[in-house]
Amino acid sequence: MAELALIFVGAVLVNNFVLSRFLGICPFFGVSRQVDTAIGMSLAVTFVMAVAGVITWIIQYTVLNKFGIGYLQTIVFILVIASLVQFVEMVIEKTSPDLYKSLGIFLPLITTNCAILGAAIINIQSGFGFVTMLVFTIGSALGFGLALVLFAGLRERTELSDIPYLFRGVPIAFITAGILALAFMGFSGLVK
Amino acid sequence: MKLASLTDGIFKNNAVLKQVLGLCPALAVTTSAVNGIAMGLATTAVLIGSNSVVSLIKSVIPAKVRIPAFIVIIASFVTVVDLMMNAFVHDLHKVLGLFIPLIVVNCVVLGRAESFASKNGVGDSFLDAVGTGLGFTFALFLLGGIREILGNGSFFGLSLFPEGFSPAILMILPPGAFIVLGFILAANNWIEERKRAKAGRAVTHG
Repeated sequence: MAELALIFVGAVLVNNFVLSRFLGICPFFGVSRQVDTAIGMSLAVTFVMAVAGVITWIIQYTVLNKFGIGYLQTIVFILVIASLVQFVEMVIEKTSPDLYKSLGIFLPLITTNCAILGAAIINIQSGFGFVTMLVFTIGSALGFGLALVLFAGLRERTELSDIPYLFRGVPIAFITAGILALAFMGFSGLVK
Repeated sequence: MKLASLTDGIFKNNAVLKQVLGLCPALAVTTSAVNGIAMGLATTAVLIGSNSVVSLIKSVIPAKVRIPAFIVIIASFVTVVDLMMNAFVHDLHKVLGLFIPLIVVNCVVLGRAESFASKNGVGDSFLDAVGTGLGFTFALFLLGGIREILGNGSFFGLSLFPEGFSPAILMILPPGAFIVLGFILAANNWIEERKRAKAGRAVTHG
């Protein structure tokens, strides 16, 4: 149990997906203008990531390893993720048209969110068991959400501040992210 | 075939510096100039393969399922590059690690397939892939070079500073990646601004 807790804290804070592993940077900069959209995006990503983690884990151990076709990993995983995203997109469109509109192009782009494929591959490469895998995936997704929502809050403020002309827009966003990453480095001694 | 297909991707529409795409590998593996170049070239190889094939079979793929079809094509080339790198440049493969299979989800590759290769001929698509790939490599080299000099005090592994100099290690740690890219983009804005100012002056004087 203690080990699982460490993996969870490690995934959320210490090896934060966005700020320390650099996975999922595109949506991190793309949908972080408003806190509301950021929350919706994090929920969608968390869901896709958890389900994709489970399905890819099962496929890896029951199909790919069994038949010795491990080299198909990348292709199979990306197909699983693409179909899942399609499904989530349809569900969100039906249940919450507002969220659907505000997520816009970034919803189908969850497919190309490297955090999801990244988590699936890390699960296999680290040889996680089923429960560990689940804890790690959910922790990673929450870490992604945490970083995204914090960053959206920061960006809402920087929009209103007086920024040197050349740094307006994207450059200041990167530097803000750098400072946020610096803050997250403070967690690095937490889990060995 | 137009030469512009080749040159556009290198500077004018540089994927990282102008369009701010493909950030995950750009930030993650650029702890040294060599790593940046290696990642850039691996991506270029995938781009050349996927762009050529997509443009060859674009008329066969139904519009509705084109994105999944592109992704499968890209994933196949990524697998090839992954296996080749594992066999021939094993050390580099270990350093780049996770980010080789993640070329599949690099928005630059899918972006070129969708916005260029699916609308243009093979020759142009090939040139476009080479240009975009070289532009991507250049951006990663720039980022990796700056981070290596500031964070490790070396360039391509050669020590630049006298002994006793302590480099800013922060620059090769994750925050450094964001901060250096932020400054590169600001410098880019400055260059654009100067170009525009010059053009403006030419108009008023002419």
